[in-house]
Amino acid sequence: MVAEQTVLMDGEGIKRALTRIAHEILERNKGVTDIVLIGIRSGGVFLADGIAQQIGVIEGGTVPVGAVDITLYRDDCSGQLPHHPVGKTEIPFSLEAKKVILVDDVLYTGRTIRAAMDALMDFGRPQSIQLAVLIDRGHRELPIRADFVGRNVPTSLKENVQVVFDGINQPIEVVLEK
Amino acid sequence: MAEFKHKHIIALRDLSKEDIELLISTAENMREINGRDIKKVPTLRGKTIINLFYEASTRTRTSFEIAGKRLSADTVNITTASSSTTKGETLADTALNLLAMKPDIIVMRHSVSGAHYFLADKINCSIINAGDGAHEHPSQGLLDMLTMKDRFGRLDGLKVAIVGDITHSRVARSNIQGLTKLGSKVFLAGPPTMMPPGVEKLGDVTVCTTMNEALQDADVVMMLRIQQERQGKALMPNAREYSRYFGLNPANIKLARPNAMVMHPGPINRGVEMSSSMVDCDQSWILKQVENGVAVRMAMLYHVCGGELE
Amino acid sequence: MDLLIKNGRLIDPGQKIDDTLDILVQNGLIKEIGKGLAAPAGAETVDASGTYVVPGLIDMHVHLRDPGLEYKEDIVSGTKAAVAGGFTSICCMPNTKPVIDNKTVASYIINKAKAEGSCNVFPVGSITYGLSGDRMSEMGELKESGCVAVSDDGKPVNNSELMMRALQYAAGIGIMVISHAEEIELVGEGVMNEGFTSTELGLKGIPRVAEDIATSRETLLAEYTGAPIHIAHVSTKGSVRIIREAKGRGVRVTCETAPHYFTLTDDAVRGYNTNAKMNPPLREADDVASIKEGLKDGTIDAIATDHAPHHLDEKDVEFNVAMNGIIGLETSLSLSLGLVEEGVLTLNQLIEKMSSNPSNILGLNRGSLKVGAVADITLIDPKFEWIVEADKLSSKSKNSPWLGQKLKGGAAATIVGGKLVYKR
Repeated sequence: MVAEQTVLMDGEGIKRALTRIAHEILERNKGVTDIVLIGIRSGGVFLADGIAQQIGVIEGGTVPVGAVDITLYRDDCSGQLPHHPVGKTEIPFSLEAKKVILVDDVLYTGRTIRAAMDALMDFGRPQSIQLAVLIDRGHRELPIRADFVGRNVPTSLKENVQVVFDGINQPIEVVLEK
Repeated sequence: MAEFKHKHIIALRDLSKEDIELLISTAENMREINGRDIKKVPTLRGKTIINLFYEASTRTRTSFEIAGKRLSADTVNITTASSSTTKGETLADTALNLLAMKPDIIVMRHSVSGAHYFLADKINCSIINAGDGAHEHPSQGLLDMLTMKDRFGRLDGLKVAIVGDITHSRVARSNIQGLTKLGSKVFLAGPPTMMPPGVEKLGDVTVCTTMNEALQDADVVMMLRIQQERQGKALMPNAREYSRYFGLNPANIKLARPNAMVMHPGPINRGVEMSSSMVDCDQSWILKQVENGVAVRMAMLYHVCGGELE
Repeated sequence: MDLLIKNGRLIDPGQKIDDTLDILVQNGLIKEIGKGLAAPAGAETVDASGTYVVPGLIDMHVHLRDPGLEYKEDIVSGTKAAVAGGFTSICCMPNTKPVIDNKTVASYIINKAKAEGSCNVFPVGSITYGLSGDRMSEMGELKESGCVAVSDDGKPVNNSELMMRALQYAAGIGIMVISHAEEIELVGEGVMNEGFTSTELGLKGIPRVAEDIATSRETLLAEYTGAPIHIAHVSTKGSVRIIREAKGRGVRVTCETAPHYFTLTDDAVRGYNTNAKMNPPLREADDVASIKEGLKDGTIDAIATDHAPHHLDEKDVEFNVAMNGIIGLETSLSLSLGLVEEGVLTLNQLIEKMSSNPSNILGLNRGSLKVGAVADITLIDPKFEWIVEADKLSSKSKNSPWLGQKLKGGAAATIVGGKLVYKR
């Protein structure tokens, strides 16, 4: 069965959204001082790279980018399903007193973000954690909201939102599957 | 998506190439945890792991214990000295009694080959083999493979020489099972008294008549521990003679590829299976093996704790 | 009660009979054989059409465990299992507690079998006192008490001098020596056949040469002393060859094998199956082929079961800890009929190996349907299929590698001394 797909954003649209998010991050934090980006595996990592690139274009210099794999912090580890393969967490710098911008592709129930925040806390005590997502599709199950949103997309529970990346991990489109 | 569908890990013989690759990949990705300041993740919070050791072991038991703790599981150690076996309780009864305490995983070392299969038939928690008789030692096999992958980035096509008492070695069996599934070529050497019949039929395995033949162009040289109690028991005259023909030294290592890896599952009899200088040389990966042991055992605990979904 | 068994295919290799004949049994003896016999007044008629009517089967190698180990088996349950498997006579090995090394124990077995058993039981006494391997038993008394052979079955007589003297002494008395042929040092702590399977399973192997060396010693001792010897449970290619050669030289050697040695290989051990653990151990495919060859060319004289009951608690343990042996009385006939189906043996040869040969080797005076002989008769239905199920076995112990498997053929009825003791 082929799911019905609607393209919500194309590559250009995604790029514009990331650029805007980069501007908003800089505005809110008054520059790049102490900012680090942590992408959530796997889509969030690619988007974090995109935002970091834009910040570099706007402000010059480089922002540290890390990756967090939330598998070991999931809240469904005692379930009946086989455990997910574990991805690599790469945070080769201290988070102590940093302003962490956590980046994910789609914000949904909020459980992934909860897991990611728990993971980050194991790397030290950041000054703050802010959340940037490309798509917020609603249906939160935890008290979590995004600080920076590319686009709000009202969805039903039956639908699925996916950010599609190409072979070199560049986002090419956002699709809604019914 | 790769899924691990086994409830138990008893032998690498029972696992597919994909299963083994998944375990190694998970271990690679978990290794980062061991380098953190806070070396703990909450994954197995609330899980109880019993380390049931019917044979003395420091390194394997400690490694499993640390692995469990880093995943936030509660770990309990039971060794023969403090168990009921001396009171004549059967393995099945001991296991059922432990099971009444609701463990999620039993990690067992036992002197009888196949004891884990017997146990798996009796109880419903996951069982991980920490060594059974002369059968298998899957966590050692996996950590050896992870260490080789660290060095070469692959296992496919590697020439691995395993030297020593193959007949009595569960380490050798697990390595043979795992390595041949992942495309390595295994060359065995040891006195004929320590070479079990038909071992060449276990996979891409070549039995060599001399140690030099096995060492020739090897990427990896794995030396096995010689059990001192086998001396004089018709398997070999003594350690001195053994060392002369099957000991690794700075001269014969030159037959292997330049910078070949030197490995040993420990504990080492310095001066018997390898000269002291080989243990400590630049080519020695022995301590890296130990380090990888924790990550591999974390991966094993993590995957058996998932559902079965057959 | 008199019995008329009608319309069966009567096979008696001793008399070279193989025909559809009736057989009349009176007062526990065979009265008449012929076509269209009429039933005398009061005689019960058994319709044997579709079955083979053969001299009662004899299992010359059974462990009844009575006295002393009745939790595994006893004379009542063991003989029930025997008649269910078509056996009218069994020889029980002396490794009981106490050992059958004196008149008291032998008499106990004979009397209990007569009073409570379902078939004939012939005890085998021990070669050495208490199976100790160091001092000869009183073989004369054992023979007079009713023992039909002596054996230290379960272990070899390691001391070659003692074995040679035992052969000489037993020959003088006229009692057969049955040898458990294994070189004990080579068996060591082995738990299965040494080969690829033991290598893969990491289990300590028992090399085939452990049996071959002992078989060779026994044939040489028999040759040197001129005394007869019977080799129990032959399992290797080498033993078959050694016995064949010895027979060719005129050595007075006979031997038996067991159904598991011509139906199973050491592959059955995979999964650490303790019901595939026995001594000698299951061997490899070329051994199985040699055993069949030996059966075919007459090197192997008899099929015996080595019925070795063990309690579940002795088998439901780690492989190394499990006791050796399997039960066999109730599966032997089905498995042996497979040899006929495969073309290894003719039906006549099979009956010889399961009846007249064991009788002749031990001088039991059975295994024949001659007029005037004791009416021990087995009716074999070669066709019916059945599944080996633990709760349907008569034996107290259920340690069979065939549990859950479908077998073909077996005893339709078993008649001991003219009495119908088993009917399917």
